[in-house]
Amino acid sequence: MAKIIVVTSGKGGVGKTTSAAAISTGLALRGKKTVVIDFDVGLRNLDLIMGCERRVVYDLVNVIQGEAGLNQALIRDKRVENLFILPASQTRDKDALTQEGVERILEQLKQDFDFIMCDSPAGIERGAQLAMYFADEAIVVTNPEVSSVRDSDRILGLLGSKTRRAEQSLDPVKEHLLITRYNPSRVTSGDMLTLDDIREILSIDLLGLIPESEAVLRASNQGVPVTHDAASDAGQAYTDTVSRLLGEDMPLRFHEVQRKGLLNRMFGGSRR
Amino acid sequence: MKLLEFLKRERKKSASVAKERLQIIVAHQRGQRGQPDYMPLLERELLEVIRRYVQVDDDAIQISLDSEDNCSVLELNVTLPKS
Repeated sequence: MAKIIVVTSGKGGVGKTTSAAAISTGLALRGKKTVVIDFDVGLRNLDLIMGCERRVVYDLVNVIQGEAGLNQALIRDKRVENLFILPASQTRDKDALTQEGVERILEQLKQDFDFIMCDSPAGIERGAQLAMYFADEAIVVTNPEVSSVRDSDRILGLLGSKTRRAEQSLDPVKEHLLITRYNPSRVTSGDMLTLDDIREILSIDLLGLIPESEAVLRASNQGVPVTHDAASDAGQAYTDTVSRLLGEDMPLRFHEVQRKGLLNRMFGGSRR
Repeated sequence: MKLLEFLKRERKKSASVAKERLQIIVAHQRGQRGQPDYMPLLERELLEVIRRYVQVDDDAIQISLDSEDNCSVLELNVTLPKS
């Protein structure tokens, strides 16, 4: 049975799209047939992060409005088998997404895929609510910073009330915390909320911790999800995250200041 | 030495200040979570009515809705100033 997972946060710029792209890629690399859907109608960006922006012909809204079939709109990833992208529309009409339309598409995708990842837009408006409405699980992306944590808590409230699972009194949406842009040295100096602070305030299970990393910008510059950069800290952290999502027990990494070896200190270039 | 300690303590503070502030605001948000959408408006209008008779501060009114088995209880607490 396909799992629908929403990647959400409330606040913008915390790494939702980066995470949706990286986790989807990781799932596909593990052999899971995965589709990632961009729900940010009007401001699509997932296509850029996935590096398929020049292959977009039809989009989510085209499919909902019946102007194209689902198979015409799905873009097959060039790097990994089993990975597909459904881009958002650039239309400015916010009402282009309908609940019935989204439900129809998700039902159709469920037949074919193991994982359906919904990349939510920022905010708590229609697009964000539709992205989470049908979800079985939610990955709440949070930066160690006050406004992000507060907004994540707001999103947790919505996940518990404005989703199909909540409205129909089914099992609640399974909530996972994904902390991104974590900087262990700033945590050590007392200028950044610790992992445990965030966990304690939001009181949900930690799925993963992604360190602040130069690899992330490098990945988005190139349109290659950071999971492919297997040598990088962020790439490895996302791979761990995917393993945990698949139910494996992985020890936490990158949450403490890395001690550089002598050779690394002498010859090591930029932090990876 | 004293100065150094002082500076160090100041630097340590920002993350713990953030944590304290978040704990308060998140507790407040969670208190409002299950409540109906009309509660903030109800609270504001009740405050207006009370102010027609007594001058009270914004935070002098506390309103909460508790659901028990088959009924809901709307609790209203107003702290009146000493006259």
